[in-house]
Amino acid sequence: MTDRFMLNRRQLLKTSAAGAALGLASASFPISRAFAAAATVGFIYVGPKDDYGYNQAHAEGAAALKGIDGITVVEEENVPETVDVQKTMESMINLDGASLIFPTSFGYFDPHMLAMCAKFPDVQFRHCGGMWNKDKHPMNAGSYFGYIGMGQYLNGVVAGHTSKTKKLGFVAAKPIPQVLLNINSFLLGARSVDPTITCQVIFTGEWSLAVKEAEATNALVDQGADVITCHVDSPKVVVETAAGRGAFVCGYHANQSPLAPEKYLTGAEWNWAKVYKMFVDDLVAGTPLPNFTRGGLADGFVKMSPLGPAVGEAAHKQFDATLAEMMKGGFSVIKGPLKSNKGVVVATEGQAFVETAIELESMDYLVEGVVGSTA
Amino acid sequence: MDATEIGLWGVPLAILGGAIRVSTPFIFVSLGEAITERSGRINLGLEGTLVFGAMTAYAVAVMTNSPWLGLLAAAFAGLCFGLFHGWICKFPKVNDIAIGIALMLFGSGLAFFFGKPFIKPKAPNLPAIPFGGWSDIPQVQAALDVNVLFLIGAALSVVLWWAFRNTRAGLIVRVVGDSSDAARAMGLNPDTVRLLATGVGGALAGIGGAYLSLYYPGSWTERISSGQGLMAVALVIFARWNPLGCFAAALLFGGAGALGPALQSVGVTQGYYLFYAAPYILTLIIMIATSSPTRSLAGAPGELSITK
Repeated sequence: MTDRFMLNRRQLLKTSAAGAALGLASASFPISRAFAAAATVGFIYVGPKDDYGYNQAHAEGAAALKGIDGITVVEEENVPETVDVQKTMESMINLDGASLIFPTSFGYFDPHMLAMCAKFPDVQFRHCGGMWNKDKHPMNAGSYFGYIGMGQYLNGVVAGHTSKTKKLGFVAAKPIPQVLLNINSFLLGARSVDPTITCQVIFTGEWSLAVKEAEATNALVDQGADVITCHVDSPKVVVETAAGRGAFVCGYHANQSPLAPEKYLTGAEWNWAKVYKMFVDDLVAGTPLPNFTRGGLADGFVKMSPLGPAVGEAAHKQFDATLAEMMKGGFSVIKGPLKSNKGVVVATEGQAFVETAIELESMDYLVEGVVGSTA
Repeated sequence: MDATEIGLWGVPLAILGGAIRVSTPFIFVSLGEAITERSGRINLGLEGTLVFGAMTAYAVAVMTNSPWLGLLAAAFAGLCFGLFHGWICKFPKVNDIAIGIALMLFGSGLAFFFGKPFIKPKAPNLPAIPFGGWSDIPQVQAALDVNVLFLIGAALSVVLWWAFRNTRAGLIVRVVGDSSDAARAMGLNPDTVRLLATGVGGALAGIGGAYLSLYYPGSWTERISSGQGLMAVALVIFARWNPLGCFAAALLFGGAGALGPALQSVGVTQGYYLFYAAPYILTLIIMIATSSPTRSLAGAPGELSITK
């Protein structure tokens, strides 16, 4: 059956080639298409593609691949972190012929992506996050992530200048290392302005719970926080609620300034287009894809939203100076002497962790000045 | 700076504010479901109706710049979903629970499909009445900004409670719900009554959805509902099919839901997952305390497929 179909298709192509020879230019189109299709790349999102947040940032990166010759992009959104994602990956591989898959959500990795890595050894999987480990995980898997904590540090610098109550608020999803690093960076950025500033954190327990995020934002503002930022999948609700209560906001994941143009200070954004292009260039060139990919502001993995109208002169200056310092490389947010908010020393005098330090990817503490608990 | 520090008072205030802010969708969906279940049918599809209502309200409000037209459109969309459920369930051997689940998925899917272009634009919000004007404390003022829909929901629960007991329409719904045979003997057509009751229930669920997208949290995203529609269906059983009970249960759930964030905001940061489970633990305790092995659920309509 299949053979006959193949024959038919070949004949069809031949006929169209003949047509092309006869000077029917349009008929040659299917042939060049058929030969140029080099690879199919699959993207899987845990939420909607236009959520003003995490998924939108990835979808914008995927959209940047669509113009590249020979690359077909397949996407699926709203895929839960359950066995559903395995089915999605299987269908992308079996039906769409995907040879590179980006499951973009944290919870896709273990056990779902690992199961697929074992089942399809010829397909490459790259997971967004910090989970891949050379000793434990297969070589057709890998992870990529950006040092966005630097962006939250810059958010903190602007927030520290803008806050009048000296109290900041952070709406966080789950106490995983990346989230904790963002919270700590935000506070340390603010403390570089005024060491008496504190940051109240509220964990909602889920990546996306609109009503609970709104409640958390209200509770923070009720307790006097006047600059709010967050680490949830879709910051839309937090930004709108905080601005509605008159607090300033720093964005995360994507640019949320259209939601609150007056109250939006700045934001830490992903620039996944750069990362996905790197992977696809390797794929087209036939070079092995890297398993461990990281980058920060200087590498173009992360960028900052343009500063909003409420940002003052002093904040602007320190923001620019800090950003310039970070672009040089070697900037460390976590540096001694530093204690956790439980009083444990996390960095001794003279000890500094640069953004690339692998220790930061297993962070399990909140620094002194953050009001909150990791469990 | 002192005026903004309210410390531990933030917790009761957040529970009060949360009860008012979060409960409204629960109130409308559970009142709608109470009407439907009192007529002897279960509509589990209200979660889908809620999401579709949220999308419709937001979309119409964006296009017409009027939140009230959005609200009307959401009620109408909900009515259509309810009537559709009622119409299918009229056929013999159709299971109302299965149809409800199908409509729940259908409603959400359809809302996501039509809702894509409305995620970015900003819709005008429904107005709130500031009852906190007497206080100088901004937190109190914020907590007492009461949306008109909350007040309508409160009034509606009293009206329904009264109407079920004292009006002819209320009696008709109850008799159809308790015994189809008795209703037929009275010359009533149970299918028609259930069709209308499901339609009205759907319309109220649509209004609940409009509150989500047009007031709190006040934007349309595909993650706008975190299962409020399903929870509200459970609340009806919890409230023993009594509209006043539905109102109280909705307030309780709203307030309990605000407890977790409020406690973290005053520095009680340990064990927040436990606080988030508070509403459900409370439900379990009340269900166990009021259950009995010797009789069926008090107040349950006799024709309901779960009690038969």
